[in-house]
Amino acid sequence: MLKLSRYVLYDILRNKIVLAYTLFLFIVSFSMFRMEENGSKALLSLLSIVLIVLPLVSLVFTTIHYFNSYEFIELMLSQPLSRTRILLSEYAGVCISLLSAFWMGVGIPVLVFSPDPTGLALLFTGSSLTVVFTSIAFLAAVRSKDKARGIGFALLLWFYFALIYDGLVLLTLFAFSDYPMEKFTLLLSALNPIDLGRIFIMLKMDISALMGYTGALYKDFFGSGQGVLFTAGIMGLWAVLPLWLALRSFKRKDM
Amino acid sequence: MIRIEQVCKKFRRLQVLDNISARFEQGQVIALIGPNGSGKTTLIKSILGMVRPDSGQIFVKDQQVNGDPAYRKDIGYMPQIGRYPDNMKVGQLFRMMTKIRDAAPPGPDEDLYRQFGIPSITEKPMRTLSGGTRQKVSAALAFLFNPPILVLDEPTAGLDPLSSEILKEKIIAEKKKNKLILITSHVLSDLEELTTHIMYLQEGKMQFLKDLQTLQEETGELKLSKAIARVMRGYDANNEWIDQLFAVEKNNETPAK
Repeated sequence: MLKLSRYVLYDILRNKIVLAYTLFLFIVSFSMFRMEENGSKALLSLLSIVLIVLPLVSLVFTTIHYFNSYEFIELMLSQPLSRTRILLSEYAGVCISLLSAFWMGVGIPVLVFSPDPTGLALLFTGSSLTVVFTSIAFLAAVRSKDKARGIGFALLLWFYFALIYDGLVLLTLFAFSDYPMEKFTLLLSALNPIDLGRIFIMLKMDISALMGYTGALYKDFFGSGQGVLFTAGIMGLWAVLPLWLALRSFKRKDM
Repeated sequence: MIRIEQVCKKFRRLQVLDNISARFEQGQVIALIGPNGSGKTTLIKSILGMVRPDSGQIFVKDQQVNGDPAYRKDIGYMPQIGRYPDNMKVGQLFRMMTKIRDAAPPGPDEDLYRQFGIPSITEKPMRTLSGGTRQKVSAALAFLFNPPILVLDEPTAGLDPLSSEILKEKIIAEKKKNKLILITSHVLSDLEELTTHIMYLQEGKMQFLKDLQTLQEETGELKLSKAIARVMRGYDANNEWIDQLFAVEKNNETPAK
């Protein structure tokens, strides 16, 4: 499997998009830490960028890459290789390149300027989001017929997870504001990996004290070892489930 | 060696393969003939597992297609339109392929690789190659691993006469090694010297699978193209196609005389 991933990685590096992405992340993180006196404040600004940019880049880049390597996939399909192996090699290649971009671009500055639990939480969230949205993008790409539809679908998913979902949650909370919703919001956060990541980091920061009763409940839950396990487990599910569905339809697909 | 049992395939509402059953054995050269859109490529892709039939089974050397991909190590495939990663150089492509796949004994077959002059273009990226050169790369790759089954989809389309002749010589040489070779082509004169059996498809249905001798005896024609035409007059749905084919044949013959 790694033999194939090597060629996928090579192809991605030739593209230089990942290099530009690494550079962008590095410049942003570095300047955040330089501009803000307070490391925690810098992390907060960095957090908003990580939560918006990472999913977007993972989704769009993965979808474009999948359709660009269609020829490669076709060529491999006529060889004695299983479809599972071909798709997983593609996935591994994309994941490794995006993850290393994130670790070089954000990981190094964070470890240099703010190597505390909050910083580590940010790195954990960023890595998980990259893996999760690469999986989701593979599902979108395999299910779509052509490149335009694939990218469109990926962008739609991004809008949903990054913007629309929060609106929907707020709407629900307003509508049912007379009822105790604390446990329910906890469940809602698990249905969106971006939200889950945001809450996970916020509660590692001091500002969580400002979030009232819900905040206290959250802090109680996410602050404990149980909460870390919960987050990691849900993120794992978000990574595995779409990839599994993508594999299933890839196996049945006519090329 | 290859057994096809009642294979059906629909693309949406179009029946591309309609209950096809056939047996291909070692040492045969099967010519798959039929008008455009008659299901030839779909049949080939089903054998390779790239298209999943709706019903029916295909066996390659008694291994069922759709489970284990290992059976594909016995097949060398030359696609109709060879599409390769744009950024990859020719040399890299060949290195990659030899890494992911082992050649059957007695080891890799580099005849076509050399005869088509591929060593001199190893530094060229695949996207800069012309259609014909790409076709040469595809052919060299299909024969490289010395597989017992060769599947060639329109092998001579786009090749210059000299390369086309090299490829034909190579196919004849492989035929003598008792391999099974499946060819689709519209150039019947190319198939004439190669083929032992004819399989005729039309609108997804198999009209016949006969060996060349039987066909010649039944029709009383010695030339393959004429024999086929004679048979096809019976299936009159496609007269126009065969007339066009004759027009091409005549055009090809005139300058020689």
